[in-house]
Amino acid sequence: MKRRVPRFAAIGVAAVLLLTLPSWIANSYYVNIASQILLWAVAALALNVLVGYGGLVSLGHAALFGTAGYTAALLLQAGHGHFAADLAAIAFTLLVSAVFAVLSLRSTGIIFLMITLALGQILWGIAYRWASLTQGDNGVNVTTRPQLFGISLATADAFYYAVLAVFVLAAISMAIFVGSPFGASLRGTRDQARRMNALGYNVWLIRFIAFLFSGFWTGVAGLLFVYYNQFISPQIMALQTSAEILLMVISGGTATLVGPIAGAAIVVVMKNVISAYVERWNLVLGVIFVLIISFMPDGLIPGTTRIWRHGWRALRARVALSRAGRAP
Amino acid sequence: MTALAVNALCKSFGGLRVTSSVNLSVEPGERRLIIGPNGAGKTTLFNLITGELSPDSGSIELFGDNITKVASRKRAHLGIARTYQIITLFARETILHNVSLALLGLSPLRWSFFGNLDHQRHIAESAREALAHVGLEGIAARPLAQTSYGERRRVEIAMALAQKPRLLLLDEPFAGLSIDERRDVQQLLRRIPRDVSIVMIEHNMDVALDFAEKVTLLHFGEVIVDGTRGDVVNDPRTKEVYLGH
Repeated sequence: MKRRVPRFAAIGVAAVLLLTLPSWIANSYYVNIASQILLWAVAALALNVLVGYGGLVSLGHAALFGTAGYTAALLLQAGHGHFAADLAAIAFTLLVSAVFAVLSLRSTGIIFLMITLALGQILWGIAYRWASLTQGDNGVNVTTRPQLFGISLATADAFYYAVLAVFVLAAISMAIFVGSPFGASLRGTRDQARRMNALGYNVWLIRFIAFLFSGFWTGVAGLLFVYYNQFISPQIMALQTSAEILLMVISGGTATLVGPIAGAAIVVVMKNVISAYVERWNLVLGVIFVLIISFMPDGLIPGTTRIWRHGWRALRARVALSRAGRAP
Repeated sequence: MTALAVNALCKSFGGLRVTSSVNLSVEPGERRLIIGPNGAGKTTLFNLITGELSPDSGSIELFGDNITKVASRKRAHLGIARTYQIITLFARETILHNVSLALLGLSPLRWSFFGNLDHQRHIAESAREALAHVGLEGIAARPLAQTSYGERRRVEIAMALAQKPRLLLLDEPFAGLSIDERRDVQQLLRRIPRDVSIVMIEHNMDVALDFAEKVTLLHFGEVIVDGTRGDVVNDPRTKEVYLGH
């Protein structure tokens, strides 16, 4: 219980900061940046289920992200309501996730990564080349954002709170998922798949369910993205997006809940804020990633925690030594 | 009814025949030792029995049920548990969590998306019971990374025993152990109740022969000698291919 107090305190502080963010930022540009961080954090958390807890590195998640966005955008453009479009988008994303999972879970490691990459590129190709459906490079516009309980999400503040609510739901569901007996089974398949099989676990099915769960939240993030931009184009389904989500997970720290959120914050801030001051912001982002991987190979959050604990222990030892020196 | 009946089992990897028409019959409660030089096909035989490998021909029966086509994971539910020659544990977890995973594997709870494995009281109690059996209950909360090789060997056995198997397959449980550790594991194996049939692969003949009632000698995937401990040890073929003159 004693060890949990700082964690609860940190969660409490973060909750207060996030809930009051629009009032102390008071600038819709930065509130929108915060919305972006949260929606990309949902995508990174979703990928982290596979990468961190399942040991399955996917480079095809941008396709799932875009599938949800495109499905919703096209259905809205066809005149369907938000609820029906969103529901259909999630259902279709789950279906595509299932197809991805069936094809890619034939293997693990580099083969899994290459299959997800190939599948992602196929969907990107469809979005790019099937212009009669997707309008190709021109993309699809979404003219309105949905209303939640009669509240319009047109303003930056209102949309931020909607994204925050979804983010909190996603983070809680991830925490429950990875902490559950099923989550323990998933971690087991990551560490010793052969042993898990011998112990009576259906390794394939565990990975399949994890893939669906990851696909579901990636789809939700894709929906948030399309409502945030009110536009979607094939670019969002390209390999670069998959790589960016993966970088968010790896740089923040895999198999942690806070790591992917921190990773999302780094990438979004670099893309949106630093790019205004530094023309070659990609270079800065690259240097940051190289530094993180070099000095904190387990990621920013686990690395910082480790350094903090080490420093704290060293400080306590020093204090104890100086007290002992003063003692008669 | 035999606990395990292996009938005319064959397995080849390309042109290499690793299991050649192997027959093996283990009675309920029996302690069977499988010996043979390196490459004799002992571990392959275990992998065939547990379903990690599929045989080219032949059949496997567990307490009268033909399990030849049964999926590997389902054989654990039918009562087969095994340990590995190369320790195969969950290094990032605690000892207790390792054994809890073994118990969870046979429980419907493994599909639960709620709660926490370490907070499941009945699983934790059973895990502690299994750890007490191997003398590790005192360090149950210790991360596996902070344990010795001998302790890990015992965790392997605790995981297998926690599943309350009807047939236990031990693949070189004494490998790499010190004399003291070997004695501990030997005593631990003696304490396993007779309702568990045990088949053990072991090279360390001092401890293995003390344990075994029947011995099977494999050579190039074939059963060369099969019988009681005395029969096999005194057989000239055993001396020729395994024990030496």
